[in-house]
Amino acid sequence: MVENRKGYDIFINVILILICICCVAPFVLLIASSFTAESSLIKDGYFFIPKEFSTEAYKFLLGDNSIFRAYGVTILLTASGTAINLLITTMIAYPLSKQDMPGRSFFNFFVFFTMLFAGGLVPTYMMWTQIFHIKNTFAALLFPSLLTNGFTIMMMRSYFQQNIPPEVLESARIDGANEFYILFKIVMPMSLPILATVGLMAGLMYWNDWNNNLYYITEPGLNSIQGLLNRMLTNAQYLKQTATMGNVGAASVPTTAVRMAVAVLGAVPILCIYPFFQKYFVKGMTMGAVKG
Amino acid sequence: MKKKSLAVQIKKYWPFYIMMLPALIYLFINNYMPMSGLVLAFKKYNVRDGIFGSPWIGLQNFEFLFATKDAWIITRNTILYNLAFIIAGTVSAIGLAVFLNDIVSKKRKKVYQTLVLLPYMISMVVVAYLANAFLSSDTGFINNYILEPLGLQPVSFYSETKYWPFILIFINIWKGVGYSCIMYLANLGGIDPGYYEAAALDGATRWQRFTKITLPCLKPTIITLTILSIGKMFYSDFGLFYQVPMQSGALFSVTQTIDTYVFYGLMKNGNIGMSAAAGFYQSMVGFILVLGTNAVIRRISRENAMF
Repeated sequence: MVENRKGYDIFINVILILICICCVAPFVLLIASSFTAESSLIKDGYFFIPKEFSTEAYKFLLGDNSIFRAYGVTILLTASGTAINLLITTMIAYPLSKQDMPGRSFFNFFVFFTMLFAGGLVPTYMMWTQIFHIKNTFAALLFPSLLTNGFTIMMMRSYFQQNIPPEVLESARIDGANEFYILFKIVMPMSLPILATVGLMAGLMYWNDWNNNLYYITEPGLNSIQGLLNRMLTNAQYLKQTATMGNVGAASVPTTAVRMAVAVLGAVPILCIYPFFQKYFVKGMTMGAVKG
Repeated sequence: MKKKSLAVQIKKYWPFYIMMLPALIYLFINNYMPMSGLVLAFKKYNVRDGIFGSPWIGLQNFEFLFATKDAWIITRNTILYNLAFIIAGTVSAIGLAVFLNDIVSKKRKKVYQTLVLLPYMISMVVVAYLANAFLSSDTGFINNYILEPLGLQPVSFYSETKYWPFILIFINIWKGVGYSCIMYLANLGGIDPGYYEAAALDGATRWQRFTKITLPCLKPTIITLTILSIGKMFYSDFGLFYQVPMQSGALFSVTQTIDTYVFYGLMKNGNIGMSAAAGFYQSMVGFILVLGTNAVIRRISRENAMF
């Protein structure tokens, strides 16, 4: 029995290490390629170790405004999108957690139905562009995915129901606190785990969003990092066409390596930050899957 | 009496209604208003008259859509890929969860879990770059470092359809398995270790313990998650099917799903009528599937039903 245990232990560790390599290797290939000289990439292809180490791709990006602009757009978008998402999600989830609020079941259904039925891309696109005219504005990146559906609202509502003792709120009310004060000064500080989970999910979504860029943006100045990546995927010359050239001549753009370097810039910040917040992500996933 | 108390109640609750307002307005604009735009499927759209002013043409858009081969191809692809994702995804998620759960060292377990979750954290565009680094015909890793040393002919992946079902299924699992195993992992943690000890004493093999204890304990979760995915079978991951094949026209017969078809019709080909019809078809069948699967869950286990 003991021997058996040891053999099995080695077996599952080997399997898991192989799976982990499978998950990580593509990123190594990506990063290694971004540090490889353009000539070597074209001659030998992508490899896990740079055959000819070079930072020319990053030097090119440093000399080009569009990457800084794209970073700025991504950061501004992630920050404002996450903040607004958290604010309006909390502000609707808290009242919905009140069992005896008149009209509660109607509002619940109003939120819930958005999870069952959707108009789809065509009407959504028509409405945002023709009624609200958001094409080529920052709003086009922000608004269409502000609350994707009722899912996070439902999640937060159950958290409030289960974790905020009504007595605490009652005593604050007796002390004369108004409902907004109670929400922002008492309920929210008591709900940091769920705020972290919902906030991180929203932040990840905004950082990784390229769809809105694809649908609504044609103006290069409004590209986020992911939007830029989306444009460069099938049009390797995109940066060359739109770049405001700094110290690099247009002819010598290391196109292949630059694409990889931009992909690194789009992925690496998340990969570095996320292990620290992993527990909140995992929590959100289990909570979310349990009950819609 | 009742009326008066309702008025009192509403007076007491008015700050809550104000709190809800921003989200309610947002959901109304972003989710409810487009629902009315579904009428576009029955109209001959032109920009001047807009969504509601354009003339009605009855079922013509649908007649055109279903007269083409596209309608069949996109429906088949959407459903078959979903089926493959459900089956392969469930098996790999359970396998990974069981292995992770059996790791004794807490530290190792955490490291493994962090690493398998990495692909979940990145966008589909970045995934397309990663895939391209392997698959590209002239600079790709597979052609240069696997096929060439073996003396095999290079493959031009972006123009040969036969590889794509496997590539897309692999990428879908690669990206999602770290996430989907979390549910099963949480479930496994709740199984009483006493069962396993008793079974081991009785001489049950590891495989027997898996099939006789682990699987039955996971069964409710497997059923619920599978039924939920069946409810979403008419929807596909737009990013996976749009970005990863890099919009290669040669691959459309195996990579086009309803979502990409709607997108191309709307944005690239200007075929708004057929695009709207395909979108309407997706919304309706999708809704029926959600209602149907929910009815099934209610019969199996009430507490897992959505409504």
